[in-house]
Amino acid sequence: MNAIYILWLRQLKRYFRSKSRIIGSLGQPLLFLLALSFGFGPIFQKAGGGNYLEFLAPGVVAMGILFTALFSGIEIIWDKQFGFLKETLVAPVTRLRIMIGRTLGGATIALIQGIIVLIIAYFIGFRLSSINLLLAFVFMFLVAIIFTALGTAIASLLEDMQGFQLIMNFLVMPIFFFSGALFPLNDLPRTISLISGANPLTYGVDGLRGALTGISQFGLGTDLLVLILTSAILLFFGGYLFSQIEI
Amino acid sequence: MEEKKPIIKVVDLVRKFDEFEAVRGISFEVEHGEVFAFLGPNGAGKTTTIKMLTTLLKPTSGKILINGFDPLTQQNEVRKSFGIVFQDQSLDDELTAYENMEFHAVLYNVPTKLRKKRIEELLKFTELWERKDDLIRSFSGGMRRRLEIARGLLHHPKVLFLDEPTLGLDPQTRNHIWEYIKDLNQKEGVTVFFTTHYIDEAERSAGKVAIIDHGQIIIRGTPSKIKEQAKAKSLEDAFISLTGKEIREEELGVGESMRYNQRLRHRRQ
Repeated sequence: MNAIYILWLRQLKRYFRSKSRIIGSLGQPLLFLLALSFGFGPIFQKAGGGNYLEFLAPGVVAMGILFTALFSGIEIIWDKQFGFLKETLVAPVTRLRIMIGRTLGGATIALIQGIIVLIIAYFIGFRLSSINLLLAFVFMFLVAIIFTALGTAIASLLEDMQGFQLIMNFLVMPIFFFSGALFPLNDLPRTISLISGANPLTYGVDGLRGALTGISQFGLGTDLLVLILTSAILLFFGGYLFSQIEI
Repeated sequence: MEEKKPIIKVVDLVRKFDEFEAVRGISFEVEHGEVFAFLGPNGAGKTTTIKMLTTLLKPTSGKILINGFDPLTQQNEVRKSFGIVFQDQSLDDELTAYENMEFHAVLYNVPTKLRKKRIEELLKFTELWERKDDLIRSFSGGMRRRLEIARGLLHHPKVLFLDEPTLGLDPQTRNHIWEYIKDLNQKEGVTVFFTTHYIDEAERSAGKVAIIDHGQIIIRGTPSKIKEQAKAKSLEDAFISLTGKEIREEELGVGESMRYNQRLRHRRQ
């Protein structure tokens, strides 16, 4: 067993032991799937957009991943607060490996959460028209890595929960709303297109939608490239900020 | 010959936080197998010093050698050389006692075979073996401390740092913990470096004492020598006559200030 593995394992154990967290974090995606698909479905269809659930489901899966991944960043503040972080920081393991272990753990949990949302969507009536599950998992995992690393970066800078909450509110919702998860991004006002274009989740949602339903706006190659680049940058950035933590 | 060198050597150690000089040029040595008490009022620079000795904080200037290694350039060697029990708790509440130990063993690269044996040995030694599969959440303060001490010893460190190991514990538990520490010091030859506000503990357990105030070491030696120099009956009287009666306020660090926010405990959002 090595350090990265045990850090990963710790995250997973904590996740599976907290049943309320698993169930609680499924509430929101479920609500979005039900309320929006039944509510907007008919209008979407009339406007010529096709089956709304088919459009929406990949977006909500991405949302589930986004929330869980960023939240796992909070765990660093949590560990600061309860002192456990010190235990890892005085160990003979480089900060980079600690950060990688934690990020992989957080991302794996986010991926599992995404898969659960996908299964729920299936029960609500979402059908995969292009079955490229493996590619879908790749996209889901990349989104998970990106936002876990972002959460880690933010949490490294903050010292208390309140600050994190604030940033989450100003960050998570805009990332979600301007990602094309809920509505198509073509024919939007220029400002909104620009914001969406700069949002990494946009490419995650697009890629996931492409892999699951065969409809993609930017092309899967572009999506993959943008996501890989972004995750590399954020891992580097998060790793740097994490290495600067002093307690 | 190796054993004769001091295990901890500190020369002219300084740490500044912006304008404020928390540690102002301290020097001391701790010998192999010694029990060394590092005493001082709140905010005197104790915790800052321990953080520098344990690679958590970089010194502004000065030199440190732990087990012959420099915390600035040989971080990993230094980290393998010591175990630490922090002032505030540092266990994972959501893991069991065994899992906390295992986590530590893997981080410190304790070989698999040895790992199981050592964990069992230490958990039995601290009388926690029957509770090994219980979550830390259900542990009392004394049990947590014992586990932290066991964990700190898991990788056979040469030095054990204890930052106020008995803070907030009842006299029985304090007594118990000191029994363990002394036992360990004798059986395993671990050098013990501790801080405490219970001066009587230092008087009873420490071979050597250093008193730090306003970032400077004002006196060091055996408890009896210090009492003699301060012309005091007990070490506590000596401590008070040397450091004055004024009450000190401590700037709260991240961990401590967050402990005041404990209403957040278990309220994950």
